[in-house]
Amino acid sequence: MLLVVEQFLNGLQFGLLLFLLAAGLTLVFGIMDLVNLAHGSLYMMGAYFAATFAAWTGSFLLGALLALGATLVLGIVLEMSALRHLYGRDHLDHVLATFGLILFFNEAVRLIWGPAGLALPLPAWLTVPVPILPGIHYPAYRLAIIVVALLVALLLYLGVMRTRIGMLIRAGASNREMIGALGINIKLLYTLVFGLGATLAGLAGLMQAPILTVQIGMGENILILAFVIIVIGGIGSIRGAFLAAIFVGMIDTLGRAFLPNLLRQVLSGAAASTAAPALSSMLIYLLMAIVLVVRPEGLFPANRR
Amino acid sequence: MKGLSVSKAVTALMLAGLVLLPLYSYLSSNIFILTLFTRIVILALAAASLNLIMGFGGMMSFGHAAYLGIGGYAVGMLAQEGVGSGWIQFPVALAASAIYALVIGALSLRTRGVYFIMITLAFAQMAYYVASGLARYGGDDGLTVYKRSDFSGLINLSNRTQFYYLCLACLFGVIFLIWRIVNSRFGLVVQGLRSNEQRMQAIGFPAKRYQLVCFVISGTMCGLAGALLANNTDFVSPAVMYWTRSGDLMVMVILGGMGTLFGPVMGAVVYLLLEEFLSQITEYWALIMGPLLLLIVLFGRGGIMGMLGRIGRG
Repeated sequence: MLLVVEQFLNGLQFGLLLFLLAAGLTLVFGIMDLVNLAHGSLYMMGAYFAATFAAWTGSFLLGALLALGATLVLGIVLEMSALRHLYGRDHLDHVLATFGLILFFNEAVRLIWGPAGLALPLPAWLTVPVPILPGIHYPAYRLAIIVVALLVALLLYLGVMRTRIGMLIRAGASNREMIGALGINIKLLYTLVFGLGATLAGLAGLMQAPILTVQIGMGENILILAFVIIVIGGIGSIRGAFLAAIFVGMIDTLGRAFLPNLLRQVLSGAAASTAAPALSSMLIYLLMAIVLVVRPEGLFPANRR
Repeated sequence: MKGLSVSKAVTALMLAGLVLLPLYSYLSSNIFILTLFTRIVILALAAASLNLIMGFGGMMSFGHAAYLGIGGYAVGMLAQEGVGSGWIQFPVALAASAIYALVIGALSLRTRGVYFIMITLAFAQMAYYVASGLARYGGDDGLTVYKRSDFSGLINLSNRTQFYYLCLACLFGVIFLIWRIVNSRFGLVVQGLRSNEQRMQAIGFPAKRYQLVCFVISGTMCGLAGALLANNTDFVSPAVMYWTRSGDLMVMVILGGMGTLFGPVMGAVVYLLLEEFLSQITEYWALIMGPLLLLIVLFGRGGIMGMLGRIGRG
């Protein structure tokens, strides 16, 4: 029971983290029609910035805030210098160009921070276990991730659905020429959206950093997961990304936790312990394949065009 | 017409270079360059097969590295089980790739556009994780191929020059095949589907069936590259199927010129030589390579072949 509740919360936490990453990706994808493979690099940069700034300032929170600012600036610079010129080009051009950016970022990180990973230590007040149910304790930091991510999801929803900027973003997604003709500075809007996506990726990276090590290439595996999520959820749909992210986070975590025991019932111990991680990693891709075969547009396609 | 001749001249030069390379390697007793080019030729073969569906068929597969792994594992696993004959290993590698392509093609082709890119990627990642889970065949660490495929004395794969020429012959054979396919009725239908699927369907062509056959042919060709690659490195691991490898193949095709016969070969040669060259200048070669790719996308439309064409016309 204890294990089930704990793994369930872990799944929720991982799912929410994936949502932060996927939300930025799906915004950029849905609005600018840009396939940004370098989104995972922004996630990595968020983690590296946080580790560095936290070490400088000696404060986790201050470091995290500075890192968010830094990823925002980095995203805006990236958009204005390179990615802006890719809008309206073929998706294949996007893949190639942003693949180049991944190479660049990985190497730049190796040059600046060295090949060894960094650690981002947590402050003491975030490491205590918190009682959530009678007799069940859960790490405060993971709870904090859940709360922060839910808050961001809510703000994002309100921002996109209830504010003027959000209205412009939605309008830009459905018809970019028209919104330009109505006198809206579409270029600025795009830069803003990209910056927002970059900040969300950075937030996901820096929140994940204390749980895993901060290392080169950390953004690549998770980027593919984020892509899987937006494809399952339907490209451009924040709601779809949210539900798919929770779903994928749960499957991944619960699969890793319980599949080895399940497999041990049918396979020998050694075979089960090597097959289980591979099988649980596969589950997500299997899910995506099934979704695409049954509903080629994703589960919650955004209504556009 | 002049534009055509510039790119043709460069292509001819490159092909002559590839054919004469072992001679240069022998005269300068530079063994390294022969090993390097064996790898280049094999990956050029993989890129050429990707170009068949991507450039001519308009199917953007982001999971082509899976076939490299399947072909490689077919050789590695059979060798592990004591079947060293290439007459068995290579047909099995090709058949396994074809079956895999048939299954994932039938499912993937239900989607299009970005969704197709992503679903092919997902299947390749699945193949990657399956290989990582194969405890008997090394799992994550990969599988060492202790003995290269044995073609009953006809050709010795452990001889560097013979192996190089075998790879080159396979490359030329595949390109010849692609040339025949592209100019056949079947190839014209596939290219028609790239331009306008609805119209082709309205004329009465079963679109998916044509695309699937093309997809399977391409996958089988890439499986051949995988079998050769496992023989070249004497090793196969899940890493050959990782998604960045599929990205590499796409880069080679786009860099060289999508939808041209020799573009992918040119792309593979340039990309891998550039990687080799830059990594000798600096440890941080990717710092230059990354932005270079970006610049190529922004300014060099149509890849190297396209640029050569423009120079000619210029």
